[in-house]
Amino acid sequence: MSFLNVIRRRLMFLILVLFGVTVITFTISNLIPGDPARMIAGDRATPEIVQNIREDLGLDKPLPVQYLRYLEGVVQGDFGNSIRTRRPVLEDLRIFFPATLELALTALFFATALGIPLGVASAVWKDKPIDHFVRVIAVTGISTPAFWLGLLVILLFYGNLGWLPSGGRIDPSLEMPTRVTGFLMIDSLLAGDFQAFGSALKHILLPAFTLGFVHLGVVARQVRAAMLEELQQDYIRTAKANGLSRFKVVFTEALPNAMIPSITVLGLALGDLLYGAVLTETVFAWPGMGAYVVNSIQALDFPAVMGFTVVVSLAYVLINLAVDLIYMAVDPRIREVS
Amino acid sequence: MADPVLKIDGLEVLFPGFAGDVHAVNGVDLDVQPGEIVGLVGESGSAKSVTAMTALGLLPTGAFRQSAGTISILGRDVATMSEREMNKLRGGDVAMIFQEPQTALNPTKTIGKQMLRVIELHSDLRGMAARDRAIELLKDMRINDAEEILGRYPFELSGGMRQRILIGMAFACSPKLLVADEPTTALDVTVQRQVLQLLHAKARQTGASVLFISHDLAVISQFCDRIYVMYAGRVVESGPAQKVLGNPQHPYTAALIEALPEDADPGAPLASIPGTVPNLVNPPKGCAFQARCRHAHAACDSRPVLTDVGSKHQAACWLREEISA
Ligand SMILES: Nc1ncnc2c1ncn2[C@@H]1O[C@H](COP(=O)(O)OP(=O)(O)OP(=O)(O)O)[C@@H](O)[C@H]1O
Ligand code: SF4
Ligand SMILES: [Mg+2]
Repeated sequence: MSFLNVIRRRLMFLILVLFGVTVITFTISNLIPGDPARMIAGDRATPEIVQNIREDLGLDKPLPVQYLRYLEGVVQGDFGNSIRTRRPVLEDLRIFFPATLELALTALFFATALGIPLGVASAVWKDKPIDHFVRVIAVTGISTPAFWLGLLVILLFYGNLGWLPSGGRIDPSLEMPTRVTGFLMIDSLLAGDFQAFGSALKHILLPAFTLGFVHLGVVARQVRAAMLEELQQDYIRTAKANGLSRFKVVFTEALPNAMIPSITVLGLALGDLLYGAVLTETVFAWPGMGAYVVNSIQALDFPAVMGFTVVVSLAYVLINLAVDLIYMAVDPRIREVS
Repeated sequence: MADPVLKIDGLEVLFPGFAGDVHAVNGVDLDVQPGEIVGLVGESGSAKSVTAMTALGLLPTGAFRQSAGTISILGRDVATMSEREMNKLRGGDVAMIFQEPQTALNPTKTIGKQMLRVIELHSDLRGMAARDRAIELLKDMRINDAEEILGRYPFELSGGMRQRILIGMAFACSPKLLVADEPTTALDVTVQRQVLQLLHAKARQTGASVLFISHDLAVISQFCDRIYVMYAGRVVESGPAQKVLGNPQHPYTAALIEALPEDADPGAPLASIPGTVPNLVNPPKGCAFQARCRHAHAACDSRPVLTDVGSKHQAACWLREEISA
């Protein structure tokens, strides 16, 4: 199986997924009672005005026609205009999606940067205090509701200690760096604005910790299990018989192989984090997709909701593609199969 | 006389367990002299592997306890050696190959990478010079397309090929002692013979001593200068291969030879003797073979010690004591 084959297969899958997702969301959007044209026009509009708007938006056409029109737009990168913000949906997504992705990736970084070493340590020192400690963290992580943990850390680090801000992405008094990637931490560095970078970093710490904490335990447990599995393999014995130090046996022999099954878990975690961000964003007033989509649903802003759905599905499929490709890059046995 | 390359005295090893400690090794004395090929034979579970792995410090830490005995390698007591010194020894002066070539190599690293790792760890060779050495080692193992093999992954190669690579790796830094734990048991018969011949030739050529663990009496008799027969974590008979196998003095050795069918394949596993090995959680106080021995008598309730039954030939059995007395 070659890289190209995998990419081709995943992209075909992507088309199917997008088709399915748009059909479903489109149908649901149109089943929900409420008239977008009337929402746009406002309470005091005459029926003629409402009718005009309806015709402008093509809402008077039969559903299949509306759907095809929508699809035609999507293919060209046009998700229509948001009814609520009156901007192109794509423009809104460009603003809000990177904010969510930045939060999710930072949370994933936090979960892996701590989770992998903790997992390795608890496998190497199985049944020792560090192992028990990791088990406690994992159980706590899985059983702690994110909003509760969020409020707790706000109370502590903002309320009591006053070290970190309670919400937002950046100090409102600072000028936003020019948008390049949409990731504030990267854009501020690109602009050479260290003050903005520091503020962005401070703002992301608490929400990323809150969001990543659940996955910290998941990652640690996964790495622990995979490491225990690898450490009892025969090739580890060979490595020791070859005179490799304990350190090298763990980090250059066992760990790379233990990371192979962990890649799937990390991919799933990222998908989960994107979705989980919605809740965390609410707690920390993080201006991302979470807030955007909740507001859009309340405003019956169908183009916005559909745009969100399409982008999230796209992200899921791309994450899976990345997982597949990484798998192939690191495991020669998979490259070879079929 | 030079120091023995390996000398084990009164070794006892146990594995702590919920149901009580498993007394795997119960007082083993064993030595391997320079240039000697020594066989270690016995039924499954007689602790051949545990004995060898303890000697090289390869048992998983924490899982076992050495409750008595000393081990010295090349004249040095391993108990006095640091982890660092042991690492220098393993893969350098002392090498080991194992029973399962299919799993003994890292599945995600190329053969070349794994071979260079040992070579660079224990010699001054680097880069192309190290690579040349790897190719030379493979060629010695009759692997003709050595350059190409270096770029291959283990799963792309046959078991026999992998074991030859592992033997090549074991000889990478001219070891003085090679421990070979059933190196051919997992291979099919024709490949077995070929691999054994390569191993034998290489050992003789480099003057390396070999501790050769095997089920296979036929192979042991061809291959080894001297043998130790183990039963339930003890040595029950030892001596020159021809003497022990031609004129066994311990009922267990005799039973092993008798149980071997006349027309046995050279690669056939050890034939079975009626009865089962004793429970090692509560090892018998007396002779461990008592329950299966047709010569068992009152004296066997206490443990027999190894005594001379011929020149350089020893057996641990009350029967021999009484005859020679
Ligand atoms: N890690 C371990 N934990 C507990 N018991 C063990 C462990 N390793 C070995 N043993 C026990 O030690 C005894 C000796 O095992 P060993 O593997 O040395 O036998 P062997 O003679 O090499 O047998 P085989 O011919 O099957 O390889 C067995 O009873 C086994 O159950
Ligand atoms: S000591 Fe007794 S039981 Fe043991 S082998 Fe000799 S005769 Fe048999
Ligand atoms: Mg064994």
